[in-house]
Amino acid sequence: MNWLINLGAGTLSRLSAIGNASLMLWGGLFALPRLKNIPLIIQQIYVVGVQSLLIIIVSGLFIGMVMALQGYTILVNYGAEGSLGPMVALSLLRELGPVVTALLFAGRAGSALTAEIGLMKATEQLSSLEMMAVDPLRRIISPRFWAGVISMPLLALIFSAVGILGGHLVGVDWLGVDSGSYWSIMQATVEWDKDVINGVIKSIVFALVVVWIALYKGYDAIPTSEGISKATTETVVFSSLAVLGLDFVLTALMFGIN
Amino acid sequence: MTSKKTELMVGIFVALAIAATLLLALQVANKGMSGGGEAYVVNAKFDNIGGLKPRSSVKVGGVVVGRVSRIYLDEQELIPVVVMEISDEYAQTFPETSSVSILTAGLLGEQYVGLTPGFIFPGEDPIYLGDKEGETQFIVDTKSALVLEDLIGQFLFGKDSE
Repeated sequence: MNWLINLGAGTLSRLSAIGNASLMLWGGLFALPRLKNIPLIIQQIYVVGVQSLLIIIVSGLFIGMVMALQGYTILVNYGAEGSLGPMVALSLLRELGPVVTALLFAGRAGSALTAEIGLMKATEQLSSLEMMAVDPLRRIISPRFWAGVISMPLLALIFSAVGILGGHLVGVDWLGVDSGSYWSIMQATVEWDKDVINGVIKSIVFALVVVWIALYKGYDAIPTSEGISKATTETVVFSSLAVLGLDFVLTALMFGIN
Repeated sequence: MTSKKTELMVGIFVALAIAATLLLALQVANKGMSGGGEAYVVNAKFDNIGGLKPRSSVKVGGVVVGRVSRIYLDEQELIPVVVMEISDEYAQTFPETSSVSILTAGLLGEQYVGLTPGFIFPGEDPIYLGDKEGETQFIVDTKSALVLEDLIGQFLFGKDSE
């Protein structure tokens, strides 16, 4: 009998969590059209976007370089090292750009968002805002939400571009693949809507999910030190899993079924 | 509220993103990035260019001397014309009698233009590729790309007639 009670209680608490998260997302989404909120959004883009630039650029550069190195050692056996360009570009634009950016973003910015909001809750700043008739959803959640959704696609684009340049650095400047074939075969293979735009769409979806999870985990955190630490961990774990799972679904929809 | 420094950093961030988008767009749209340096233009007519693309390389004995800048169809003769840019480093180097052929790098590799330098008639003033400023200069001696189907067809036809 006891396990049935546990099952019921678990289901109810999960459902109410989903409900709360949806209500919060609703508040975040529809608090946009306010001109005075724009400085708040810019402030948050600085925090979640600009401060993530370094890790994104460095990771992009090294991932591009490693892919060129690995791809070259295999492709050169078949005399097809000219195909290095499209290999690097397509894997970055379609998969690695959006996915790795989302994972790094969850670790770098998502955890920070959760901790910040969790601490605001623990120190009762959110309640004080409500006391002053300021809606915390509008004032705290919404700018962070929109800043994340705007920043992540931009970060993913920068990641892909830097990765392709890193691939050029290793493939062309170091290993001696012909520069013309690196770019020309890439240009012949990569399609703007199919590859670049789909990558951007992926990264917008990941941004929605990662920021949503991060904000909700902070908003819902138990206001103690353990609670905030648990919420931060859960943010990184859940958003990474959600990104990887969604990536498969999106890839199947975009590239799998014709 | 928002300090000037924050706004500046966000501006740099967005500018970087625009630069990244431009880089991706230019790669797809196939514009720009000509490789730099001065070059002179040489044209050649082929019967079949196979898989040759703009920006494919022009090689002499494996050394890259230029790039294919444009490929179009001649409106009167209805055959492809390949426009090549050869680096000015190699001005006054290749005689007008040079020949070009479309070759393939490796078994699966990309196609490129192979330039074979010609000879200079003794006792005549040598004319080099790129000498005639302003007018379009065509290389007369060209060899088209090998098409596998044609090759198989020839092979089968050859066997029949034996």
